[in-house]
Amino acid sequence: MNNLSLLINAPIFNIQLLLDGLWIGAIFALAAFGMALVWGVMNIINVAQGEFVILGGFITLLAMQFGLPPLAGIPIAAVVLFILGWGLYRLVIWRIVDADMFISLLATFGISIMLQQLMNEIFGSDVRTAESNLGISYLFDNMVTVPHIKALAFVLAFVIGFGLWLFLKRSRMGQAIRATAQNARAARILGIDTDRVYAATYAINAALCGAAGALVVMAYSIHPYMGLPYTIRSFMIVILAGLGNLVGVIASGLGLGVAEQFAGFLLGTEFQLAFVFLLLVVVLVWRQWRLAQRRQYLK
Amino acid sequence: MSRPLLDVRNVSKAFGGVIANRNVSLQVKRGEIVGLIGPNGSGKTTLFNSIVGYHPIDAGEIWFKGEEISRLRVGAIARRGLLRTFQQTRIYGRMTAMENMLISLPERKSGFFDLLHSRHSVGIERAKELLEFVGLYSKRYHYAGDLSFGQQKLLEFAMALINEPDMLLLDEPTAGINPTLINGLIDRLRRANEELGITLLVIEHNMRVIMNLAERIYCLAHGEMLAEGKPEEIRNDPRVIDAYLGAH
Amino acid sequence: MNKRLVSILAVVALGLLGLFGPWLFPAYVSQFSKLWLFIVLALTWDLVGGQMGYNSFGNIVFFGIGMYAAAVVQVGLYYPVAAYTAAKGGGTEFVFDAAQFYTGLAVGLPVGGVIAALVALLLGSLILGMRGHYFAIATLGLAVAAGELASGWEFIGAGSGMVTPTPPDSIDTTILFYYLSFALAAVTFGFLAWLYSTRYHLAINAIRDDEDKAEAMGHRTTRNKIIAWALSAFFLGIAGGIYGNISKFIDPIDVAFNGAEIGVWMILMAILGGMGTLWGPVIGAAVFYITKELFWTFLLGWQRVALGALIVIIVVFFPQGIVGWLKERWPEIFGPTEEEMEAADARKGS
Repeated sequence: MNNLSLLINAPIFNIQLLLDGLWIGAIFALAAFGMALVWGVMNIINVAQGEFVILGGFITLLAMQFGLPPLAGIPIAAVVLFILGWGLYRLVIWRIVDADMFISLLATFGISIMLQQLMNEIFGSDVRTAESNLGISYLFDNMVTVPHIKALAFVLAFVIGFGLWLFLKRSRMGQAIRATAQNARAARILGIDTDRVYAATYAINAALCGAAGALVVMAYSIHPYMGLPYTIRSFMIVILAGLGNLVGVIASGLGLGVAEQFAGFLLGTEFQLAFVFLLLVVVLVWRQWRLAQRRQYLK
Repeated sequence: MSRPLLDVRNVSKAFGGVIANRNVSLQVKRGEIVGLIGPNGSGKTTLFNSIVGYHPIDAGEIWFKGEEISRLRVGAIARRGLLRTFQQTRIYGRMTAMENMLISLPERKSGFFDLLHSRHSVGIERAKELLEFVGLYSKRYHYAGDLSFGQQKLLEFAMALINEPDMLLLDEPTAGINPTLINGLIDRLRRANEELGITLLVIEHNMRVIMNLAERIYCLAHGEMLAEGKPEEIRNDPRVIDAYLGAH
Repeated sequence: MNKRLVSILAVVALGLLGLFGPWLFPAYVSQFSKLWLFIVLALTWDLVGGQMGYNSFGNIVFFGIGMYAAAVVQVGLYYPVAAYTAAKGGGTEFVFDAAQFYTGLAVGLPVGGVIAALVALLLGSLILGMRGHYFAIATLGLAVAAGELASGWEFIGAGSGMVTPTPPDSIDTTILFYYLSFALAAVTFGFLAWLYSTRYHLAINAIRDDEDKAEAMGHRTTRNKIIAWALSAFFLGIAGGIYGNISKFIDPIDVAFNGAEIGVWMILMAILGGMGTLWGPVIGAAVFYITKELFWTFLLGWQRVALGALIVIIVVFFPQGIVGWLKERWPEIFGPTEEEMEAADARKGS
């Protein structure tokens, strides 16, 4: 607990942790936005969410090997993942849209294991990062550092999220997606091709994760087995915020980012992951307790 | 026996801002068959859910067998002998009709170790009798999920009977049942009441059925108790007629 | 040829195979030990997953807890555990004679099972109130967290793991652990066969089919769920203890809390064989394990890709499993017939 006294005696560290948490929290929120979309529209919890993120990072690295700038990785990863998502939908996901939720959990879990190991075989198991050479700003007499790339990733996460939100509100497909989410049967009766809507939803989510992954690899680092924590974080954020609550997703995402930074600092980074997973259990237990109070666990 | 078996006192329940029940009172004496009617959305099912503990009530008290049950949970209330059936039937679809019956034997009389008896050792005869009673004997080894909707409804009724409740709340027992079978069902409800001594509180939309079956009827409208009386009184009550006509 | 006869023949055949396995396949004794343990893993997973409808991604937690608990008891009876793990189990000062080794196992394995069951009681009362997928994800979180925590706990060797006590050379551990594994599989199978003949089986099936209804009928669903999980954890904990001794070295993430492999395998084996049946997990475990042993090494780094693909294929295209398929294909042999149930009722009912 030495670090605790450090935080109290040198409050400036709090600002550092807070900023670091916010930067990464925006990316968590972005992936969670996609998970909420798939969950809400298709009633599927996509366990492969984190693998999509990591894959987006590797695609960005691949693009950079062809001499492209890191930022170009964002659209490229998004497009590649969109195609992958569409393909996965056509191959597997469409069969499980109406199935029991556990079937879809297991199937996407299988996809996640496959992607993990494929990435491991293709890209290697090293921890990788994309150098952006954007420089660092120093605040408060050099006590607080702000890597420009992290701040940029933060901003871009919001831009991408806002773009998707606009798409859902304005575009024809976005309206079809929202209609399907509210009532798939009614949407079908009104002539909406829900199969196409599902395919688009799953692909858009994958693309979103790909873009998030591009941000992760630029501002942080990736390796093939780092996906599951992103899935768990997304899930946790969606539970905290509730489906269809965008402001809640942003708030929970940022909050989770900050909480993780503080936990990692206080408990030691080796326990940061354990903290994430235990926090998930705590959040679920808390939700359960709240529902039991209102006896809403009965459907 | 002056004290009612079920005593609902001034119960109110709101969901968000919408008031589903306001100051509702209702008494059922042991051995009675009581009807609960009201237009769609008048709060009948909400009242059922409040009684059997599906959600906490906002105000009022519910007493059963001289004990307050307002704060008890579903299972605890069921173990005290107050059961309900569902509007959309709920049965155990991947178990046979017989298994559905056997696992509906009253658990309130037994501890965990009684569950370790062989599944063939307890209640077989009773289960067969009751399946015969509802006319499902020949279907006893069919998976419950494979039965027709009407048969599932009868099975659910038989499952409630084998549980030996003091009182049974039935949510629209005739909805979705083939009209030719309704008379048989009414007859069985009455026999369950007379021969097994089960007190019944029945929500019903079919006026012919409820007028025929119930000794007393309560009418809910807009979440409030509008009228209470014998079937003929209710039938001729201008407020009830208004509520039904006005609602449509 | 009816179902009862098929079952009896299968039990006798498996029993003989189990007893004489070391003579029949002297070169594959340790593989067969693991097969028996895998059958236990699949059977215990199915008790909660297939029979009760609570699909857990985290049963590996009990496997790992049993493994560590057994090892800690085996060591702790004779030496300070912290010093033992600090020395990485090596050194000449940590020697176990035959009596010490046998006593350690005799105490350690049951204790591992009991501790796993107690943890299941505790965790179960916290998270078994959750429905379906919330429970599944919560257990996924627990499984990963358990591995992470074990890698940070110095007492049990943290990330560098723990060596199980080395027996004196006079003990043929291969044969010893073979028969321990076989005995555990036989006891687990026998126990579940009995449990599935009781009313409790109906009670957990009812939870699988419609938990709200079960509750509305007055079932003590929470109690029934927690007990099922604890029973599952008990056998799983013992299996973990034996597995740890067979592996001789407990790595927190690659052996004990190996959710990515063993944790997934147990689900896969149960589904492959047929969820919610007594024989399904046994058949699924045998088919999966033998296939895995034959082909796994040829796949080099691609095993998990194959595993992931296998999960998707089985879940999406073959959810009824082998036993479910057999029941559909030859209902007269594998499905419950009316006459048979009728007869059973007449025999025991009146």
